[in-house]
Amino acid sequence: MSQPAYPTAWRRPPQIVKDRRWRLALQIGILAYLVLAIGSLEVNWERVAIGLERGQRFVMGFLQPDFASRWSDISRGLVESLTMTLTSTVVGVLISVPIGIGAARNMVPRPIYLVCRGIIAVSRSLQEVIIAIFLVAMFGFGPFAGFLTLSFATIGFLAKLLADDIEEIDETQAEAIRATGASWWQLVNYAVQPQVMPRLIGLSLYRLDINFRESAVIGIVGAGGIGATLNTAIDRYEYDSAGAILLIIIAIVMVAEYGSSYLRKFLQ
Amino acid sequence: MLRIEKLSKTYRTGDKALTEVSVAVPEGQIMGLIGPSGAGKSTLIRCINRLVEPTAGKVMLGEVDLARLGTGELRRQRRRIGMIFQEYSLVERLTVMENVLSGRLGYVPFWRSWLRRFLPEDIERAYRLLDRVGLVDQADKRADALSGGQRQRVGIARALAQEPDLLLVDEPTASLDPKTSRQIMRLLTEICAERGLPAIVNIHDVPLAQQFMQRIVGLRDGRIVFDDRPDVLGESALTTIYGAEDWQAMRQGDDEQAEAEADAARRMAVLAR
Repeated sequence: MSQPAYPTAWRRPPQIVKDRRWRLALQIGILAYLVLAIGSLEVNWERVAIGLERGQRFVMGFLQPDFASRWSDISRGLVESLTMTLTSTVVGVLISVPIGIGAARNMVPRPIYLVCRGIIAVSRSLQEVIIAIFLVAMFGFGPFAGFLTLSFATIGFLAKLLADDIEEIDETQAEAIRATGASWWQLVNYAVQPQVMPRLIGLSLYRLDINFRESAVIGIVGAGGIGATLNTAIDRYEYDSAGAILLIIIAIVMVAEYGSSYLRKFLQ
Repeated sequence: MLRIEKLSKTYRTGDKALTEVSVAVPEGQIMGLIGPSGAGKSTLIRCINRLVEPTAGKVMLGEVDLARLGTGELRRQRRRIGMIFQEYSLVERLTVMENVLSGRLGYVPFWRSWLRRFLPEDIERAYRLLDRVGLVDQADKRADALSGGQRQRVGIARALAQEPDLLLVDEPTASLDPKTSRQIMRLLTEICAERGLPAIVNIHDVPLAQQFMQRIVGLRDGRIVFDDRPDVLGESALTTIYGAEDWQAMRQGDDEQAEAEADAARRMAVLAR
């Protein structure tokens, strides 16, 4: 019996495009498009030079932040933002829990599932800034529009993740509860809630964090809060006050970030 | 007590899981259901409490046809049927006590279960059952802190908390080691004997079935191919159920098993007295 000759070289077979010619054509095509796309960018170098100078002033403002001269505006904006953040997160969570349960395929009949998924899709497809512009137009400038915007955005985020989580629960635990003769509400309370609660709390804290950051963004389009203060400061070329506001935002976001991640770890 | 008549189940995919299965379980009998994977054992017991909807046939529990109930009445009838699962199926983040009390869910209104304000007699019963399965000191632990054998005991206590007229047991020992398996089977048979409770036990371990069951029903391709006392279950019957496979290896007893069998016989003798 002679040993069969085994090959000594091996290459990973292509996974996506099997044909060598197509692969080559695709690579050349992408490269050509990239070159053309970069070539089509029009850069006004004069404007860039002016911009650099402005940027420098901005950075200087950062290095010498002025907390004092606009402090009353800043503190009012902060309080508004924090209020908006907390209230909108609480309201958003309260609304998204039932919608999330309704959007879980294993919990409800198909029509309810489709309606709830529809609500989530609408909420997710509209970006915060767009909703904020719309709601500011409806309810006027100020934090109420911001509160509504953030609540609405929270629903899309939280309900979707909660629904996905409910769809992935351990079905045998639910089956065992169902086999005892439990009603639908008891099933939710005894089989679903214990399995998704830690994640729901984690997601809510995470959303609190996001909502604060978003409150700064939507303030710029008129929905109140620290964003509005920031916008005013930039419009007045008060870069030192703007720098102070940005530093405060960064500090609060970091505190919220570490706080919520610590809490989530504690909950696991 | 339980009478299944011409029960059939065809899944939406077109797989015929059960074909006109008829079987009756009298009061106090422990019936073992054996057969290869895919023979329809799980489907059969799930058709009884309608976790799986049967396609045709009757499931008579006493005078009630379970196969023909609406949702409300089905919930009330499910209370009469305790079920014990393969992977214990405890709700892991609930405490042991909550898991046992969840056996009462069909009896209490939602607000009581939600606020965990169960009736005093329910709580007393739960403690008594935990004591019976030897876990009364673990009542406040979370279910995922228990070992496999302990979890299955909680599963048994939960099923008994329903005060059932029938026990459905789905592969109770599939995820346990051999010694714990025997302990669990012994506990189950003792409890059924104490209460005169009929049980259908889905079990893939043939020696274990022969050791603990009073009657064995063999299922193959959704049909009953064997129905008799365990000591009649011989080589030819096993070949009919499992096909010409190396099932002999499954029967090879070890010392531990012989010892366990002797122990079980002694205990049953004590119980019979």
